[in-house]
Amino acid sequence: MLKKLFVFILLFAIGYYLVATFRSIPLGENRVGDIENPTTVSGFYLDKSPNDLKVANSITAIVVNFRGFDTLGEVTVLFLAATGLASILYRKEEDEEEDDNRHHISHRLNLPSSSLVRTGAKILFPLILLLGIYVFVHGHLTPGGGFQGGAIIATGFLLMLVSYKGFTTNHNVMVWLESIAGLGFVGVGLYGLFAYGSFLQNTGWTGNLNDLVSGGFIPLIYIFIGIKVATELTNVLDTLLNIKPRKK
Amino acid sequence: MIDFSIIFEQYKDGITIAIYGTAIFLIIIGLYAVLLKKHLVKIVIGLSIMDAGIHLLFVAVGYISGGTAPIFSQGNEGSAATMVDPVPQALVLTAIVIGFAVTALALSLVIRLYKHHHTANIDQLKSLKW
Amino acid sequence: MILLIFLIAMAIILIVAAVYSIMQKDLLFAVLGTGVVSLILSVFFYILQAPDVAITEAAIGIALTTIIFIITIRNTTRDENKYNDDHINKFKSDNDA
Repeated sequence: MLKKLFVFILLFAIGYYLVATFRSIPLGENRVGDIENPTTVSGFYLDKSPNDLKVANSITAIVVNFRGFDTLGEVTVLFLAATGLASILYRKEEDEEEDDNRHHISHRLNLPSSSLVRTGAKILFPLILLLGIYVFVHGHLTPGGGFQGGAIIATGFLLMLVSYKGFTTNHNVMVWLESIAGLGFVGVGLYGLFAYGSFLQNTGWTGNLNDLVSGGFIPLIYIFIGIKVATELTNVLDTLLNIKPRKK
Repeated sequence: MIDFSIIFEQYKDGITIAIYGTAIFLIIIGLYAVLLKKHLVKIVIGLSIMDAGIHLLFVAVGYISGGTAPIFSQGNEGSAATMVDPVPQALVLTAIVIGFAVTALALSLVIRLYKHHHTANIDQLKSLKW
Repeated sequence: MILLIFLIAMAIILIVAAVYSIMQKDLLFAVLGTGVVSLILSVFFYILQAPDVAITEAAIGIALTTIIFIITIRNTTRDENKYNDDHINKFKSDNDA
């Protein structure tokens, strides 16, 4: 009872101080300032992005070009989480028997899904893959990018994994694709370091605004990030759906 | 986009309370679930709701009245003067992905703890007590 | 005027879904409440002129977070007050013969 009282006092104090802080930040006030002669960081990014880099989506320019090192850290955190998850949980081998330890789970889980689900999943799966690839290839022109496209592709694989009982993804191919995509991202950064003097420096072939080939290395980096995130999340889902049951 | 700026000018106080109040309420509810619930999965649900509240608070700070999305599409290439702040949106993009990674790792730890100790109550995990 | 009523209604549904999600004893429905919170939050991000953040929240928060919670509930208990159910059948439904 005393613990509940302390927690309520703590929550009330946190709520009160949050409200008092945000009362002095009015919603909708112009904090960017001038764009022609920029004085704030946001004004500088909004000025440079269509004129120098020729990239239409300024959030892509911030995430990949101006703050590209933070994106490398984010890709590392996702990689660590996927590796940690795969090493904590066991994975079932392909040639184990399926029904000797599972007498706690009823027999209804081993039935195949209905033909409506199977046909619908088979039709939808290539369309979802196409949408995901479109989203991360056009990341610098429309809202989208590598992380969004990768999550959409992983959702497509999830649909097939849930609908069909024997659908497995080739584990070796996924691991090799993920490694090559990760090395490609770091390789682009190292090329910038050795050729131009700073890590992840953006170089070369900036076309016109709103072209498909524009913005230097930005589409290339987003393609690498998209492939890496898609294969990584598919590996995570595959590991979670095939946990080895407890031995009696 | 939706013509939000007209009603924003008219009902400014009400919309400020609605958006900030919702975000702060989500943070408080998430923190309540993390501190006072006993089941391990309920604690991770509270963590996920608290993440959602913080992300809404961040994006709401970056809104500029009368602004539009910060994308220079084919019609309006010179309209940089009426765009919302792009920097909080880039930060929240990273934060959503990292929040998902933390949730996935926490749930794998929950599964492993359940299989080892056969209980999902946080008061009965005896090996953490001294 | 219609937009203002829409905004206030969505804020109320968001708060109700969050409170439902942490008060419910059956964990499967609590996880679906978290999915509803992510869905309405994605519409809020679109209204605040942030389409990139809306797509990311919709793709990651609705589909992937819900499925990994459901896989965890399948491997642990479903009811919040029963902390271990080694002695009962896990997926026994009421229509099972």
